[in-house]
Amino acid sequence: MSSTNTIVQLPDQSTAQLPRKHYLNQEHTLKSWLLTGDHKRIAMLYLFSITFFFFIGGAFASLIRLQLLTPGSDLLAPDTYNKVFSMHGIVMIFLFLVPSVPATLGNFLIPIMIGAKDLAFPKINLLSWYLFIAGGLFILAAMILGGVDTGWTFTTPLSTHYLNTHVVTAALGIFIAGFASILTGLNFIVTIHRMRAPGMTWFRLPLFVWGHYAASILMVLGTPVLAITLVLVALERTIGIGVFDPTKGGDPLLFQHLFWFYSHPAVYIMILPGMAVISEVISTFSRKRVFGYTAVAFSSVAIAIFGFFVWAHHMFIMGISNYSALVFSLLTMLVAVPSAIKIFNWAATLYKGSITFETPMLYAFGFLGLFTIGGLTGVFLGSMGMDVHLTETYFIVAHFHFVMVGGMLMAYLAGLHFWWPKMTGRMYPESISKLAAVVTFIGFIFTFFPQFVLGYLGMPRRYASYPPEFQVLNVLSTAGASILAVGYLLPMLYMPWSLKYGKIAGNNPWQATGLEWQITSPPLTENFVETPIVDHEAYDYEWLANQTEHEVKTVG
Amino acid sequence: MSQHGATELEHQEHHVVGPKVYLAVFFALMICTGLTTWVAFIDLGVLNPVIALAIACFKACLVVLFFMHIHYSSKLLKLTVASGLFIFLVLVTMTLSDYISRAWGLW
Repeated sequence: MSSTNTIVQLPDQSTAQLPRKHYLNQEHTLKSWLLTGDHKRIAMLYLFSITFFFFIGGAFASLIRLQLLTPGSDLLAPDTYNKVFSMHGIVMIFLFLVPSVPATLGNFLIPIMIGAKDLAFPKINLLSWYLFIAGGLFILAAMILGGVDTGWTFTTPLSTHYLNTHVVTAALGIFIAGFASILTGLNFIVTIHRMRAPGMTWFRLPLFVWGHYAASILMVLGTPVLAITLVLVALERTIGIGVFDPTKGGDPLLFQHLFWFYSHPAVYIMILPGMAVISEVISTFSRKRVFGYTAVAFSSVAIAIFGFFVWAHHMFIMGISNYSALVFSLLTMLVAVPSAIKIFNWAATLYKGSITFETPMLYAFGFLGLFTIGGLTGVFLGSMGMDVHLTETYFIVAHFHFVMVGGMLMAYLAGLHFWWPKMTGRMYPESISKLAAVVTFIGFIFTFFPQFVLGYLGMPRRYASYPPEFQVLNVLSTAGASILAVGYLLPMLYMPWSLKYGKIAGNNPWQATGLEWQITSPPLTENFVETPIVDHEAYDYEWLANQTEHEVKTVG
Repeated sequence: MSQHGATELEHQEHHVVGPKVYLAVFFALMICTGLTTWVAFIDLGVLNPVIALAIACFKACLVVLFFMHIHYSSKLLKLTVASGLFIFLVLVTMTLSDYISRAWGLW
């Protein structure tokens, strides 16, 4: 490949125009949205819904940080604080992080990336959104009726015996939302297996698709275990069957086993689609094929498989067998291998690439740094000796926020900015969004880095008050959270603004290679005028440079 | 390749299972249910749950293979079902690794 081919000028956006017909203006009625089978419209429905839930979860996060500004329980009573952090966790995990990338970007892009007109089961796709909303309403109901204070982990027998809050309502909400996740995963698996365009072999798939395939396996195999566990919690609460409560002959550790058997893979359900986004963004903005494509593809599958063998590392201090803990600790270290393969391969992709620093790339860089810190502190927690000291402290809070917020949320925002021109046909404003990316990164570091120190010094999580000597670091964290909030509010303002005033993007504003960039922005309802025939590898920039007419003509 | 896959799937969708097979499976399930009830009245010691679970597993296999058509399905679908079973086995064995060795004390 000649080096001149790899540096592509962005197309002149002054001549770009919106297609006359596309999926957004095909029909206008409310009914056409609420009964749509179009994966792109369902993705937009999901986008609005998860943004709504993100702000509810974010409001709870703000309350937590405000409460922790001072050592005493000045803002919230301790039991209210318990409810606030529980609802923060439940909303953010089950209603934002799990569906975030797969249900929005994945739904929108997977059929287009593989050259299909829609997902395999459009109606099931719509059903999954309704289930998600139904689950969300149950969780909102639990919140409005008085909240739930079990923590997002529903620890038994606390949740089944001691507490008198809306545990069953919240659990039911998660149960229903879980089915939305299963159906999305099922749809992706079937679509990727059966609906690839001619020539789109497994190893020509964009890594975005591989990441979602791996996450889908986890959704389909893991989520039912959570569902049945929550049913058992609800049954133990309501009719008193003894499964987890020792006073009824149950075993609390059995709950931990069942819960973490889902909830550990669940973190990979959350992060794998994020990693999938990062592969696309890094390749596009360094104008190189992802280094070690096959290794990155298989590392996603390896993470999905290993993810099922490590769950008891959440239980080292709970009295499980020492021998079993040793095995789980060793297995936990295995997960570091495929994760490291990804990070090293992304770094190698950057090497000698023609790197540009558009907003998605800034978010992706944020992901690389923050996810690496989050991942490496996971090694501390996976080692049994360290875990005894660090678990249930702010160290673990910082660890999973680095992975989930620093990693996943950064990746989500990277992806949202990257595909925004494709989804809406218009560009977001570049300079202010760069500012937002930087503000988010700085705010994030200030919010969560002090929490590593706090945890190491021994500040436990889930308490409304703390000894005064921890105040300085907590003030730092709360101050950081207010910066972080600005970082998240900015896209909320300029993204809607761009829908009307943004520059028209054109079909391929990033000169990226994926099939989604070879069709109109926004796409037609049918995605492709005719089924594409794929004759090149993924991330083939030479192929792209040789395309004289790679943008499909505007139709209609 | 995908063309071939599509026809293969279509073929399976149209696989017709006669009422004889369904009736045979149904009666087998009924007999097994009766067997479970009968065995429940005999005290076999540690074998009590083992026998009950063995019969239940056999019944589940019948349902999956015939009522859910997996017996007539492609290898990919068989693999899909097997992966679910595999993950279930991981759940059970790895959880048992804790329960079995909990009383061994410190290493």
